Amino acid sequence: MLTLDPNIPDPDGFYDDLLKAHEGLNEAESMALNARLILVLANQIGDRDILRAALAAARQ
Amino acid sequence: MVAERYKTAFTLYPYEKVSAQDAAPVRHPVVIVGGGPVGLALALDLGQKGTPALVLDDHEGAGLGSKAICFAKRTLDIAHRLGAGVPMVDKGVVWNVGRVFHGERQLFEFDLLPEDGHRNPAFINLQQPYFEQYLVQAIRAAQAEGAPIEIRGRNSAVGIDVHEDYATLDVETPDGPYQIEADYLIACDGARSPIRTMMGLDFDGRVFEDNFLIADVRMKADFPTERWFWFEPPFKDSGQSALLHKQPDDVWRIDFQLGWDIDRDAEMQEDRIRRRVDAMLSSQTGTVPEYELVWTSIYTFQCRRMKEFRHGPVFFAGDSAHQVSPFGARGANSGVQDADNLAWKLDAVLKGRAPKSLLDSYHTERAYGADENILNSSRATDFMTPKNTVSRLFRDAVLGLAKQHSFARPLVNSGRLSVPCVYDGFPHFGPDALDGPYATRPGAACPDAPLGSEYMLDRLGSDFSILALGGDAPHHDRINVVHIRDPEPTVRRRFLGDHTRAIYLIRPDQHIVARWPDFDASAVEAALLKTLGQ
Repeated sequence: MLTLDPNIPDPDGFYDDLLKAHEGLNEAESMALNARLILVLANQIGDRDILRAALAAARQ
Repeated sequence: MVAERYKTAFTLYPYEKVSAQDAAPVRHPVVIVGGGPVGLALALDLGQKGTPALVLDDHEGAGLGSKAICFAKRTLDIAHRLGAGVPMVDKGVVWNVGRVFHGERQLFEFDLLPEDGHRNPAFINLQQPYFEQYLVQAIRAAQAEGAPIEIRGRNSAVGIDVHEDYATLDVETPDGPYQIEADYLIACDGARSPIRTMMGLDFDGRVFEDNFLIADVRMKADFPTERWFWFEPPFKDSGQSALLHKQPDDVWRIDFQLGWDIDRDAEMQEDRIRRRVDAMLSSQTGTVPEYELVWTSIYTFQCRRMKEFRHGPVFFAGDSAHQVSPFGARGANSGVQDADNLAWKLDAVLKGRAPKSLLDSYHTERAYGADENILNSSRATDFMTPKNTVSRLFRDAVLGLAKQHSFARPLVNSGRLSVPCVYDGFPHFGPDALDGPYATRPGAACPDAPLGSEYMLDRLGSDFSILALGGDAPHHDRINVVHIRDPEPTVRRRFLGDHTRAIYLIRPDQHIVARWPDFDASAVEAALLKTLGQ
């Protein structure tokens, strides 16, 4: 099951970390970072049903 | 002469010549420069403890304009301890619900869901001049009871000479200059602190490149008592974000985020402000209600603080020491907490109950509080004003997901509302020998709780307390013991957890010092000596 309820402790801290990861990058570098990050996170999830549900949620 | 920098809303402390103006400099234990919320709260706290406090202000009352409007529970608890809380809550607008919009769409609403069993609400909205007025009323009442507090209006600090253990102030008045000496001088003189400037001290931190227009309007309108916040508001020329929030006296605070590159003079013209306000109000009601512009202002802001809040005998408190963006109500609220932290320490040192080194903990503790506030307010500002393409991409992605998916809502940041910091692991706290509830661990501000028809914080008062829950009443010959033989469920939940009894040691500013499962006189004594820095 895809979790769409809040699940991240300290959400502001996470958001801050996410933006900090992009500091000093140009747009192409940021896009590349996002792509790598999605692949890393997708591998962590592993479950194909969850990944399909996540893709659908993001496309809406 | 003393120049008038702004108009006053009320006259609270008219200038009166005092004999000291014609005499050799008089030494005072504590001189407070600035009669705003921070200076007044500090003077009141000191005076009620019997320590003389002299307040100098270059005006004769509260400045015009609502300014700080949102006062948090912790501030109200402090004000209540000082005898000024009831009129604030009676006058203030209590609110719990907020709505967040993105363009035309409501993304979600939130409810602060205040817990039961607290005297004070989570937040009230109240114009700053009222906050100051009620503090001055409490000062007048304390003076009538003999509290050694003095406020001198139109006394402007124009020069300072800092010595090793005192400071000399040059004061300008309508009758000419005179000098005052202070064992301790507390600069509560605001963001543009003249004392800080005269001492050549500056700030570290970020300046945000944005301008916000405040329009306070008085109108009879049926908007609910809620906080409404728009990202990318749909009404014309409203900027990147907008806020609508109710104050007392049928006044509404409206905020527009205008961006960096603006013509300030043009934006302050009344017809231009009215066009913006008309567009916002008519987008909600379909018509433009009759309204009066009560106060307008354009502000920019910084998130920064002084490196050190103490310089020898001179202390900085409130906006003079640290500044944040207004999102989150962390300005006046944190300043009042500064006063709360400093008052009992100055009192203890001046009465010889604690070594002078205790005063250094004012900086350590309150700079930590300021850093937490700066972090939260910087993050809110970064969310509201994305600083580059990728931050805007994520911001818009969060807003795009938040309507449908609850997981994205905690990431939406239009300001995290002020809560007091917890002094976890600070040297003047501990031990935590109870394994009790997390929220009441040493370092935390003691939460309120009902005690029959009374409230916990009232019983604790303004000095050190031992709070004994369950068991037998312990005896202590110097400290106020509050013993509750059969704690009710709320008290159990907040202070005991799974335990049947506990002992808490609580500071005069009502922060929890230490806690134990049982009373042990020598352990309490050791914690008391530690918290006093002995």
